[in-house]
Amino acid sequence: MPLEKIDYWQDLDANLPDIQNTAREARRWIVKMIHEAGSGHPGGSLSAVDILTALYFRVMRHDPENPLWEDRDRLVLSKGHSAPALYSTLALSGYFEKDELLTLRKLGSRLQGHPSKNKTPGIDMSTGSLGQGLSIAIGMALGARLDRKDYRVYCILGDGESQEGQLWEAAMAASHYKVDNLCAILDRNQLQIDGPTEKIMSLEPVFPKFKAFGWHVVEVNGHDLKELLRAFHEAETYKGKPTIIIANTIKGKGVSFMEGSLKFHGKAPSKEELKQALEELGGDA
Amino acid sequence: MKWELKNMRPGFGEALVELGERYHQVVALNADLSGSTTTAMFDAAYPERFFNVGVAEQNMMGIAAGLATTGKIVFASTFAMFATGRAYDQIRQSIAYPKLNVKIVATHAGITVGGDGASHQMHEDLALMRVLPHMTVIAPADYWETKKAVLKVAETPGPCYIRTGRTNTPLLYDEDYKFHIGRANRLRDGDDVTLIAVGLMVAKALEAAEELEKIGISARVENMSTIKPIDKKMIIKAAKETGAIVTCEEHNMIVGMGSAVAEVLAGYEPVPQRRVGIPDVFGESGESEELMEAYGLTVENIIANVKKAVSMKR
Ligand SMILES: Cc1ncc(C[n+]2csc(CCOP(=O)(O)OP(=O)(O)O)c2C)c(N)n1
Ligand SMILES: [Mg+2]
Repeated sequence: MPLEKIDYWQDLDANLPDIQNTAREARRWIVKMIHEAGSGHPGGSLSAVDILTALYFRVMRHDPENPLWEDRDRLVLSKGHSAPALYSTLALSGYFEKDELLTLRKLGSRLQGHPSKNKTPGIDMSTGSLGQGLSIAIGMALGARLDRKDYRVYCILGDGESQEGQLWEAAMAASHYKVDNLCAILDRNQLQIDGPTEKIMSLEPVFPKFKAFGWHVVEVNGHDLKELLRAFHEAETYKGKPTIIIANTIKGKGVSFMEGSLKFHGKAPSKEELKQALEELGGDA
Repeated sequence: MKWELKNMRPGFGEALVELGERYHQVVALNADLSGSTTTAMFDAAYPERFFNVGVAEQNMMGIAAGLATTGKIVFASTFAMFATGRAYDQIRQSIAYPKLNVKIVATHAGITVGGDGASHQMHEDLALMRVLPHMTVIAPADYWETKKAVLKVAETPGPCYIRTGRTNTPLLYDEDYKFHIGRANRLRDGDDVTLIAVGLMVAKALEAAEELEKIGISARVENMSTIKPIDKKMIIKAAKETGAIVTCEEHNMIVGMGSAVAEVLAGYEPVPQRRVGIPDVFGESGESEELMEAYGLTVENIIANVKKAVSMKR
């Protein structure tokens, strides 16, 4: 992985097939590890994995050999239940062996059901209780500013999660402090546990909401790696305001029977379902 | 006893400014109570390292945690009610569990908040904080102990909760006092009973001990300013040497300092223990002294409990 930043924005098409493959491999691991664990959250992991792949394989400055490198870019997975997506991205980046992914949620494993900072190399913050990650990310961004360091902080939010009040306290603070080294990504998959967000407690109009809170807002197809990369570059170059990328996604993306499924928010695939999922995802691993 | 009174809170504000000068990593956060918590002093000295997040305690704890991940020594301050009540989950998930270097310094704890009434009288904070793994819990007894404790915890990595009150309290110590985390401080020798007290009840315990001497009961007084890790050695020694314990705290009697002492006694040296504290009720408005009277935080009540404890000795 890059120790120095790569100028991915010079040619967004370069290596695009490579990272598309990486995202697909990560998807395979996600369904395998959740099946092996017997519990976990495939839906929100599959909707977020393209975002994570773009970040860890193109955008972020980080070093799997030195997970606590002071100058690394940070990531806070505020929707911590999507840990399998982050774990598989980290394993594919080289933070630990891929086989370890199959220890997810098992007694003694470094891979807890939700991210745990002090247990897993590459995890920058413990999360799991929704609504807290953006505040953490602001703290990290302010830390960078105080130390005159140029690392950036990324924070992935859920759309159901965005019903938490603390998130809006943080949204207000981020623009107040003008932390333009902070980039949030909203995994806008339209679903939460009990149903569609718009039916349970509507988030719309979310674009103007963040705009009114003082953010620079970009909207993309969250499964189009090229659009994501372009948005990340725009966020990096935009000064004076934090950026939020509203990534329109599909919950369960990549596995037909998980796409748009409420059931697979938090349910492991059976043996049969895993087989079908892996067939659909193709490739070998 | 005639006490010289002084507010504890400036002990925090002054120590914080001192720390700011000593360590460039020290940062402070506040939630629209910078005057009352005395963190305004730090703001005046180091404005670039001071963050007033507005009335948003949950966000404050989160930002504090994020700053701590970047190597900062973070002090987050507000009233005890809002620090530990409103932001409990944030403290648990984002500070205690990842074991981050955040010092939560709360002011206005306890019934002596007075006129503001039950919504602002926090009697559960020691309980809420002491059940969190990784958390150190400290409740100083006066201005000097507050100052020394704040200076000390800055040099001790990890999550920490420090509780202070609103009112002026008796000065028990001076500039030379050495505060040790996890070690109780003996203020009076005695053989018949040990009064283990915390916060502003330490002065009451000393007053009670003086009265008790007049009726022939020799009471030892220990200031249990660290509630976690609790000073087990002192408790066992006190039980062995004096055979009876009375705990005194401005806190709900459930799961406070007295309960922490009982946990040690039950497991190591069971002797009679009586607890003086706030009963399991919400507070109400009133003058601080009136409220202490009304809720049994008095010298008389300590003495009554001492007599009971001593009579239960085998
Ligand atoms: C504070 C809190 N409340 C409730 C939960 C339980 N929970 C886990 S996931 C979830 C729904 C989240 O929906 P969303 O943010 O849209 O996640 P995604 O669709 O990306 O999986 C809930 C309510 C939690 N983890 N934290
Ligand atoms: Mg969702």
